[in-house]
Amino acid sequence: MTLLLKGGTVVDPSQDIDQEKQDILIEDGVVADVGIIDPNSEWEILDLTGLVVVPGFIDMHVHFREPGREDRETVETGSRAAVAGGFTSVMCMPNTTPVNDNESVTRFLLSKAQEVDLANIHPCGAITKGSLGKELAEIGEMVSAGAVAISDDGNPVENNQVMRRALEYSRIFGIPVVDHCEDRALAAGGCIHEGVVSTRLGLPAMSRTAEEMDVVRDTILARVTGGHAHIAHVSTEESLEWIRIAKDKGVQVTCEVTPHHFILKDEDIGNYNTLYKMNPPLREERDVEAMLQGLADGTIDCIATDHAPHTTLEKDTTFTKAANGIIGLECAIPLAWNYLISSGLISISRLVELFSVNPSHILGLDRGSLAKGKIADVTVIDQTKKVTVDVATFQSKSRNCPFHGRTLGGVPVLTVVGGRVVYNQI
Amino acid sequence: MALCNKHLLSIEDLSRQEVEYILGVARQFRKTFDSPAKERNALQGRTVMNAFFEPSTRTRSSFEIAAKRLGADAINFSTSSSSVVKGESLKDTALTLLAMNPDVLVVRHSEAGAPFYLARYCANAVVINAGDGAHEHPTQALLDAMTISDHKSSFKGLVVAIVGDIAHSRVARSNMLLLNKLGANIRVCSPPTLMPPRFENSEIFSTYHLSEALEGADVVMMLRTQWERQHESLFPSTKEYFSLYGLNTSRMQLAKDDAIVMHPGPINRGVEIDPAMADGSCSVILDQVRNGVALRMALLYLLLGYPEEGES
Repeated sequence: MTLLLKGGTVVDPSQDIDQEKQDILIEDGVVADVGIIDPNSEWEILDLTGLVVVPGFIDMHVHFREPGREDRETVETGSRAAVAGGFTSVMCMPNTTPVNDNESVTRFLLSKAQEVDLANIHPCGAITKGSLGKELAEIGEMVSAGAVAISDDGNPVENNQVMRRALEYSRIFGIPVVDHCEDRALAAGGCIHEGVVSTRLGLPAMSRTAEEMDVVRDTILARVTGGHAHIAHVSTEESLEWIRIAKDKGVQVTCEVTPHHFILKDEDIGNYNTLYKMNPPLREERDVEAMLQGLADGTIDCIATDHAPHTTLEKDTTFTKAANGIIGLECAIPLAWNYLISSGLISISRLVELFSVNPSHILGLDRGSLAKGKIADVTVIDQTKKVTVDVATFQSKSRNCPFHGRTLGGVPVLTVVGGRVVYNQI
Repeated sequence: MALCNKHLLSIEDLSRQEVEYILGVARQFRKTFDSPAKERNALQGRTVMNAFFEPSTRTRSSFEIAAKRLGADAINFSTSSSSVVKGESLKDTALTLLAMNPDVLVVRHSEAGAPFYLARYCANAVVINAGDGAHEHPTQALLDAMTISDHKSSFKGLVVAIVGDIAHSRVARSNMLLLNKLGANIRVCSPPTLMPPRFENSEIFSTYHLSEALEGADVVMMLRTQWERQHESLFPSTKEYFSLYGLNTSRMQLAKDDAIVMHPGPINRGVEIDPAMADGSCSVILDQVRNGVALRMALLYLLLGYPEEGES
């Protein structure tokens, strides 16, 4: 099957194309040609005049909850949310039940993905067996089965020696070790950022140092081992400072930020609104400023949503008891468009780096480009269209999104995965 | 004058004028304490439900007596004898209690914000926060203000030292908000491990040295020290705590001659306060308890909407 994406405004940093009117011809799932292409009546043709056409966006931090918590999300509902949100690829974190710490679970996830057949699902394996932080999981077997990274997300490795071994061992496969940085003793069971707001609300608080201590630990270990540490959902100004220093020293360290950490602050919690409870917790003004700065200056490599579905029941309780996390796939692009592009902070090209080129590179995927011969994953955005975020319209099984009700521009309208249109709202 | 907010969840719900009005009504009620007919019938037929999800003796008794003195029915609900021990959620417990149509739900809970959560389901009942985790204890602060005003002519410029576990104290939080609203100068004193990182209000003076807090103070408010905290590396022992932060007669010399000593109770004698201080002439600790009943009568009365009668 041949598909011609006609007349769109293409932004593709891999080919130095920046807002040029180009056509993209797709044959057998790959890009066959880019340029001004004369249409052929046998092709399927989509007129993308006025729309922004970019390499498929990749969210390298999602929780699809399958296997184990299908009441929150499944590979199917999560995939639908992904493509509706303009994402062609996602990386699924391993903290499922059972934990994705062996090739059977990895294969299960991929077989589900094949059944659903919407977005590209890239499994992230666990670092340690059961994510218990003690013994390395069978990383090689998971990688053979299709895992592209390892992480004990949600239950970070405390033992420094184990983390060191993981970073060493990961070098065999050239995969990143993704770390949710949280020193548990320093976090002290806190459910909110320690600051003025936690003092006002009287909630058990988590010191920013809990994150920074592990960020520093990881950069030190990445430096001595030569492994690749990827810092998940970085959230404090100081964390970014340490990452910047490590990068300057040539350490192989990368990081991601979530939209909520560059938009929301702890004061948005108001009087205990559980939709604003996540881990890492929402920080302060200066941290949000630092995230925006890091996105602009290149310290931050990519944007990931940490899409964390929870049932309504899990959020309808007191703040301390409520579950951590929010869903992000279906509003991440409009949020980024509003707070990064419309505000004039970064260019569309930089946004494509953050959402496509860099995550592809970090995970060793051969994606993030619309060059001839590449897999035809395409995201199309209507920058003139506005949408009011409405959780009732979400494809995700869950509804825990604090951005409900916001009107945003920069709406994904077409998603093409492997040359196939999987979402079309043109 | 009706109170602006339906519920009392935080001191922030009250304006300065409202606070002064509440204290005035409370003083009126206190006058009736010594007359033979203590019972009034202002709230006859009304139901005050004390929903205590955390142990409490004085606050619960105080609300109960206050309700009964106004002729209301007071019902006590406590977790040890309820379906909470059977695993019922806070929401379902609350909905069940509310289905019995109480007029007031007095809530004590170990989690900060629990009364806010319950208030969302209270279309018809008034919620009064009787202490939520380390967040607030607004009625305690109001009765403290009433007690201070019995001894001091004005709050303006009054130096109030609050000493103890500031980080975990709801009494400290509510008092800081209220006394600041009334114009007092607030000093807080605790070891750094029991002090919050920062305060919203930059006018609050904080110190790790008791002498700095006590020097020239008009009011010394001691907080209860939870001795269990020594197991969390917050202080080494109650003995050392007392030697650094305990209030005794010689340290009290630093305060003004007419300074008063307060404590929300329950007291740990020999941990934060020397028995000689607790029982001494400058102690107003039992006045606080007495005022607590009057203050809670005033609140129940005003929140249930009988302002006209109160003014007459």
